[in-house]
Order: sequence, then C-alpha cells, then structure tokens
Amino acid sequence: MKRIYILLPLFLLLAGCSGNWGWYVVDPSTTNGANNLRFMMSGAYNTILMSLTAILISITVGLLVALPGLSKKKRWRAVNRTYVEIVRAVPILVLILWVYYGLPQLSGITLNVFWAGVLALALSDSAFQAEIFRAGIQSISKGQYEAAQSISLNYRDTMRYVILPQAIRRILPALGNQLVYMLKMSSLVSVIGMQELTRKANELVVSEYRPLEIYTILVLEYLVLILIVSAGVRWLERRMNSSEA
Amino acid sequence: MSNDQNLIEMRGVSKHFGDFQALKDVTLDVKLGERVVVCGPSGSGKSTLIRCINRLEVHEAGDIIVDGVTLNDSQESLDKISGTVGMVFQQFNLFPHLTVLENLTLGPRRVLGLSEDEAKKRAMLYLERVQIPDQADKFPRQLSGGQQQRVAIARSLCMEPRIMLFDEPTSALDPEMIAEVLEVMTELAKSGMTMIVVTHEMGFARRVADKMVFMDKGEIVEIGAPEDVFTAPKSTRFAAFIKQILNH
Repeated sequence: MKRIYILLPLFLLLAGCSGNWGWYVVDPSTTNGANNLRFMMSGAYNTILMSLTAILISITVGLLVALPGLSKKKRWRAVNRTYVEIVRAVPILVLILWVYYGLPQLSGITLNVFWAGVLALALSDSAFQAEIFRAGIQSISKGQYEAAQSISLNYRDTMRYVILPQAIRRILPALGNQLVYMLKMSSLVSVIGMQELTRKANELVVSEYRPLEIYTILVLEYLVLILIVSAGVRWLERRMNSSEA
Repeated sequence: MSNDQNLIEMRGVSKHFGDFQALKDVTLDVKLGERVVVCGPSGSGKSTLIRCINRLEVHEAGDIIVDGVTLNDSQESLDKISGTVGMVFQQFNLFPHLTVLENLTLGPRRVLGLSEDEAKKRAMLYLERVQIPDQADKFPRQLSGGQQQRVAIARSLCMEPRIMLFDEPTSALDPEMIAEVLEVMTELAKSGMTMIVVTHEMGFARRVADKMVFMDKGEIVEIGAPEDVFTAPKSTRFAAFIKQILNH
C-alpha cells in the first residue's frame, strides 16, 4: 500500500508525456546508458562524504554554541543569540559563494572546493543545531540537575553523563531531519564545481542534452539516499528507546 | 564558642523568592548523629531550609556552616563540602537513562575516583541495605515508586555523606509504599546517620526524631523534643497543625 504513494506520481509522470521520454541515455542495457548511469552515481561518494563531514562539524559547533545559551548570565546568552541570528540569516548558497570566493581575499586562506563546501554547510547548519540542542537540553527537568548536584558532579560530568544522553534521545528525530536537509543542501556546492551528484547530472545534461531523464534519475538518487538515512535514524531511535525500556 | 559537635549551624538565614520571603531569620543547629524532623504547612519554607544546606538554593542573609565550612559563592566552599551532604528528593530524580547500578556508581566513580569494581561493590552493599540488590540491572521506570525512592537513598549513601537530607521523601508515593521507605530511613537513623527530614509522617517523627522543628511562613515557630512538642505544644499554630494532620 505504501509503495503506491511513491509510484503513483511516477506513473502519472510517465503516462502523461510518454512520447517525450528518451530513456536510452540512462538505459543500463546499452554501453552508453550504463556508462552514463555509472558517471551519475559516482557523485554519491562526495555527496555523502561532504554531508557527513559537515553534519559532524555542525553538531559539535551547535552544541558548543548551545551551552552558553543555557547560561544564567546574560552576556553568555547574548553570545549564543548573536551567533544564531547572524548565521541563520545567511542563505546557504550565499555562504558557499562567500566562503569559496570571499574568504581567500579576507584571510589569505584558500580552501579547496570540498572544504569550502563543508565549511559553508556546517556553519549554516550549526545555527540550527544550536537551537535544537538548546531546546533538547532545556526539556530535561530541573530535578536531574539537582540530583547531579546532590552527588557533587561538576558541570562537565553533569552534562556528559546525565543531561546530554537524555537530551540527545529526545532530539534524535530533529537531528535526522538535519541530516536529510544537509544531503539536499549539499547539491548547492555544485555551483563552485564540487563533483557531487548534482554536478555530475549537470555535466551529463550538457553532453547528452536529455535534462528530463537525467534530472529524474537525480531526483531518485536523492530519494534513495534520504530513505536510507530515514531508516537509519528510525533504527537508532528504536534502539535507544529499547535500552531505556 | 560554637560547639564543634555541630555538623550544621544556621545563623539568621533569610531567603526571598521575588517578593515572597521563604526564610525569615532562621537559626538552627544540628549535632553529629542528631535526627531532625521538619514539618509545617506548604509554603512554610521547610524545603527551602534544607535546600540551602546543600546549596540548591542560595541564601541571602545569615550564615550556614556545614561541617566547619561557611557556605558562600566561592567554588572552594562547595568543593570542600562535596560529598558531605546527601539528598533524597520527593520526585526521586533518578537518572532514567541509566540502570540502578549505574545510578549508584556514577558519583563514586566520577567524584570520589573509585574504580569500576570498587564502585560496584559499594553500590551492591548499599542496595542490600535498602533491600533491593536484585534490581541492580533494571532501569528506574521498571521499578515501583517505593523501590525507586530506596534506590535514590542508596545513591546518596554511596557517596558516604555525613549528613542526609530528605525532602518529603514519601509524599509522591502510594500509601502501601510509604512503609518500606520509612523502614529504610528508620534503619538509617539507627545506624547513627545525621538526618534532616522534611515530612508529614508524624509516626516516623515520634519514633525517630531527636528534635522536631515546626515552620510557618518562613520562620521556626516551635522546636523541641518530639515528646514535649507533641504533648504540650507551646504555639497555637503548631497545636492547630497537629490537630489537622491527626484528624485527617
């Protein structure tokens, strides 16, 4: 039953414009089609590597930015607010262009395409991660902090052993969302020449001139990646919940 | 001047929450091995009183001296009394993501620097004392309220504190579970532990307390040995309070 919802729109698409398709460009039974498909899928490695690297950095930075946001001191909270508001306001595409073309002029440091992309994606996502972590940590009851204090745990141990393990369980669905988002946003890094899924598709379109078929395959590539991520996050959620019984 | 047998000395302690005065010039001494039961209507400041002793609340005026250390804003004073004061909460506040055993070993391992084996041994010792060694590998939510509260008591004892504070430890429990928790607390009292217990369990107070403290509106209204205050209360407010509690 579930499959129908996924397949139905595809059938409509295919039926509605049957005369205009030219699937030969990606037909795996022909040498050219198989080569084209292989070429397109070769971008997956960079898409995945870039997204995973970026999300690891953004989770770390996000947590580090979230902590001052939970402080009782106004000054620390202001640091958190300033970071979140500014970073969140910059469109990802603009940030990618700024890091790749602007940053070298400003700092003299030239990043290669991969790291410029990762930095821009991570920076942009970190503001959202910071808000997710702040909400997650704030959802843990005051009693947990008091219990930790009553056995004399210091701030670091309280966070590490008591608060964060509980908070992370609660924000897991949101973290999964961000990874999905990251996989999709990584397509923007194609504009500075990163050889990932979208860039490969663009290059193939230029040589084969079949945008409809090639971009449809591109859509399916992202769909598959993201369904895998969703399944992974659900599995992790189930595992974590069962350990708490 | 001051008796060095006093484990806790409170001198003219005051505390506000906004406009509300939770503690008004409270003075109280607790001697080594003494069992003090604090009662009073809700909002009378009894919880605030014991929460100031382990610095869950910060007092505004007066002095609190715990085991010879004057509590102030410095981290040093907190470090010095680290592990001295144990606390049991109304809502248990166990760590839900950790097993019973992990709840008990976290403090000894991270704060007291015990090895995993030593911490486990100590945890099992105290689980025996609260009579639930067989629940060590369960998660808190798999236990009854009474069992959870006994785990919470054991968690505090694992730090081997010199003073135990109880903040309405049986108020969140079903009636049939109150007895098992009070029994554990009575055993603890017999072992010579210094205890301050905020509770309305008057039977427990009569059995165990060396000193009864009745609070109202942030002040200590009545203080004395239980046999004296119960039979001949000096204040009308306390007389009215016991009457209410015993009638219901």
